[in-house]
Amino acid sequence: MKVSFTLNGDPITADVEPRTSLADLVRGEHRCTSVHLGCEHGVCGACTVLIDGKIARSCITLAVSLDGAMVTTLEGLADDALMARLREAFRTHHGLQCGYCTPGMLITAHDLIRRKGALAEAELRQGLAGNICRCTGYAGIVAAVAAAMDEHETTKSAASIAAE
Amino acid sequence: MKPMPFDYARAKDVPDALAALADADAGARVMAGGQSLVPMLNLRLATFPRVVDISKIAELRERSESADAVTLGACVTHGEIEDGEAPEPAAGLMRHVAAGIAYRAVRNRGTIGGSASLADASADWVTTLLALGARFIGRGPDGEREIAAPDMFLGPYFTAMTDQELLVRIVVPKTSRDATWGYYKVTRRSGEYGLSIGAVILDPAREHASVVLGAASRTPLACTAAAAALRGAPRWTEALETALRTAIAEDLARAERPFEPHEAIMVETTILRAAAQALGVS
Ligand SMILES: Cc1cc2nc3c(=O)[nH]c(=O)nc-3n(C[C@H](O)[C@H](O)[C@H](O)COP(=O)(O)OP(=O)(O)OC[C@H]3O[C@@H](n4cnc5c(N)ncnc54)[C@H](O)[C@@H]3O)c2cc1C
Ligand code: FES
Ligand code: FES
Repeated sequence: MKVSFTLNGDPITADVEPRTSLADLVRGEHRCTSVHLGCEHGVCGACTVLIDGKIARSCITLAVSLDGAMVTTLEGLADDALMARLREAFRTHHGLQCGYCTPGMLITAHDLIRRKGALAEAELRQGLAGNICRCTGYAGIVAAVAAAMDEHETTKSAASIAAE
Repeated sequence: MKPMPFDYARAKDVPDALAALADADAGARVMAGGQSLVPMLNLRLATFPRVVDISKIAELRERSESADAVTLGACVTHGEIEDGEAPEPAAGLMRHVAAGIAYRAVRNRGTIGGSASLADASADWVTTLLALGARFIGRGPDGEREIAAPDMFLGPYFTAMTDQELLVRIVVPKTSRDATWGYYKVTRRSGEYGLSIGAVILDPAREHASVVLGAASRTPLACTAAAAALRGAPRWTEALETALRTAIAEDLARAERPFEPHEAIMVETTILRAAAQALGVS
């Protein structure tokens, strides 16, 4: 069955079986290897991507249902300023060990910061609860996201002062 | 795991979807957000020869508001309710509940109609919509019919709707302006299905109180004795708490099965905390 959508800005057309998940299509055919598969039933968050700007589980989204959609994986956010800040913070604060959960964590954290701005630690943890990490114990991840969040808020307020 | 092969079709409108469901032998199943259906297919807990996607049907995405009710199309997502992109009938209760379902990535696709149709006994909307006295509008080969919340949820994964019917919209009566609510959900990890859910709505202007215990048994339990104890109570007092405990015991005795001692404590606490929240004690 044919389906067309944009993947990281490029229009693609694929001929897939209806049972193909978005994750399998973009990973297998389009080399978006940031999309990791942990559980394949929506629980672990490793496969999180953006669909029309909103985060979604690519393992429980059928590729054929995305005709006309705009799909963005972590690869598509390579030049994004907030994502650069998050990558740096994950490095500084020891936000990863094996890295399996990291793409999903980054996309979820990016969405959380854009939607919510400054958050207290409890809310931040709540916002990341849908992403499982089997290595870090989360402390480094939470510290990294908090640091990127603070920096992002500071830049935002500096920018608004400059604009005045 | 990967699902068994199936056909896929995107329904353009409700008649199109009903036509696909009309032939019972074809075994078609509708998909709204797919957030429960696709996991079931992936785990091969379910196999269907044909999946009919209803998520883009404009009619099912509508939402409207009248003087006394809010109407939500079946395919309005949890995320849209969380973000206030749908009218709120109950002083913020629906937004609060939506924000506590699963995780944002699931809420962006999962729908209120999908939750109600699946009728998982632990689902947040099942408990909440029963507490709010919602009405469910189904459409099938014989036209539309309305099902009241107490008649909708018959058992786990079992509703009053037939396989040839589509849930098209949900009508939620508005509470009065000074109504208050409490919602307490016990989970081991935030975003999971609840082990126990307490939903309390106090609407003194209408002399109405409702208390529902969700997740703890096969269907949500309307706690009528607890509701009677709370009706007209102006504030949380020790005497009220004592009366509530007695009332809750009476309600739990009507549950479909006896609770283990630790469960009895959990469900009682769930209801007490929701009730206290509704009376302004946090
Ligand atoms: C990781 C994870 C955690 C979750 N945690 C929670 C939680 O804490 N609380 C909670 O309440 N839910 C939770 N859910 C479930 C989630 O809320 C789903 O969105 C919801 O149960 C199903 O909605 P859907 O739109 O995705 O339906 P689908 O998966 O598309 O469909 C579910 C079922 O309903 C039928 N159906 C759907 N729409 C209609 C309709 N309009 N008419 C007739 N039949 C219909 C389908 O045929 C299917 O059988 C969780 C899900 C996941 C993946
Ligand atoms: S692989 Fe998609 S949520 Fe785990
Ligand atoms: S770093 Fe290994 S799973 Fe998170």
